[in-house]
Amino acid sequence: MPARRIIPCLDVRDGRVVKGVRFRDHRDVGDVVEHALRYRDEGADELVFYDITASAEGRALDTAWIDRIARVIDIPFAVAGGIRGLDQAAACLDAGADKVSINSPALERPALIAEIARAFGSQCVVLGVDSLEADGDYRVKQYTGSVAATRDSGRRTLDWVREATDRGAGEIVLNCMNRDGVRGGYDIAHLGAVIDAVTVPVIASGGAGARDHFRDAFAAGASGALAATVFHDRIIAIPDLKEYLATCGIEMRR
Amino acid sequence: MTLAIVDLGYGNIGSIRIAFERLGVTPILTADPGEIARADRVVLPGVGAAAFAMARIEERGLGDVLRAFPRPLLGICLGMQLLFDRSEEEDAACLALIEGVVRRLEPAAGLSVPHMGWSRLAVADPGCGLADGDYVYFAHSYACDDGPATIARADHGRPIPAAIRQGNVLGAQFHPERSGAAGARFLRAFLDS
Repeated sequence: MPARRIIPCLDVRDGRVVKGVRFRDHRDVGDVVEHALRYRDEGADELVFYDITASAEGRALDTAWIDRIARVIDIPFAVAGGIRGLDQAAACLDAGADKVSINSPALERPALIAEIARAFGSQCVVLGVDSLEADGDYRVKQYTGSVAATRDSGRRTLDWVREATDRGAGEIVLNCMNRDGVRGGYDIAHLGAVIDAVTVPVIASGGAGARDHFRDAFAAGASGALAATVFHDRIIAIPDLKEYLATCGIEMRR
Repeated sequence: MTLAIVDLGYGNIGSIRIAFERLGVTPILTADPGEIARADRVVLPGVGAAAFAMARIEERGLGDVLRAFPRPLLGICLGMQLLFDRSEEEDAACLALIEGVVRRLEPAAGLSVPHMGWSRLAVADPGCGLADGDYVYFAHSYACDDGPATIARADHGRPIPAAIRQGNVLGAQFHPERSGAAGARFLRAFLDS
């Protein structure tokens, strides 16, 4: 087993890093390259960049900022946002991204998953899932980049992760929308259910607020834990977090 | 020094190119057999599945060029798998520079596939630039047979050859271009070999 991964997530708009709470009220917090370097230097294992508006606006993400990041970063990173076809995925990978993460376009046209997996391998295809609980049932939301566009995809989360991995998705980022940005901890029960449903690595996302939240996600079997607010706002320092998790007996790359 | 990266069309080669640029070498991306045969160093990156990549190699007339290449040749990720006799992935015949078969990793309880993330290495040959205990980044669903060519190992349910060397042929199952300082040391050693 590899070391468990700490993965800062950066929301990107027009090549700038922005931060919102519960997917809204975004404010500019700086240049993508500055943030990428800061996290690399602090010991992040991987980075995820989401173009937060591309999918909702129905356009492809801009690859200029991917190239700028790839030039300076020597750790893996995934990009997401509005990747609707093989050519767009190829453009992201050619610009230097290691993986593409697809979410709404995969819901629109699930065959997209297999198309990218066949051309580049499953390890390049990350499925982003925005899962929202209502009355004890978890369902997948679509177009979550803007509140106005968000809608139910008509799919149950466990059904969708099984189908998507059968089609060739090599990793799942499970974002629990109820928890996003509020720092109350990952949804461990839902995370465990998704991990049990698939054989690919699962990344926990949405809700990290304290070091123990990361410990709980890894204890549940998450391969990585993704967070934004606690790292952006320097509530948790990555070196301290890794030190703490190592003392809990969790393998960390340091 | 001329460093050629074999260009098979689609390929996740942006990050490999940039990693060499960081080391002060500007690679050429080429599928031209003559250009590849004349290069001082050749890098074979991975593209899609093994059968797809081998078809691209053979239709461009590159199979014999790579088999006969006399100077350091580095296969990265799928590119390393292509150096072996055969891959279970779509049952592809490969370049047969290294004896062995490439087999699918099987998921088990607590063991996900793809093998994705940073794994710790046990290094048998420090001349490759890697050191015992280094963490390097992996992202693969198939792995080569462990054998006499293995010079660095990781573990993912079974021993995973992380780096191999036989004569002038070098391979990295991990991604040196995305493995921080350890990956850069590995690429430096390849350039200096």
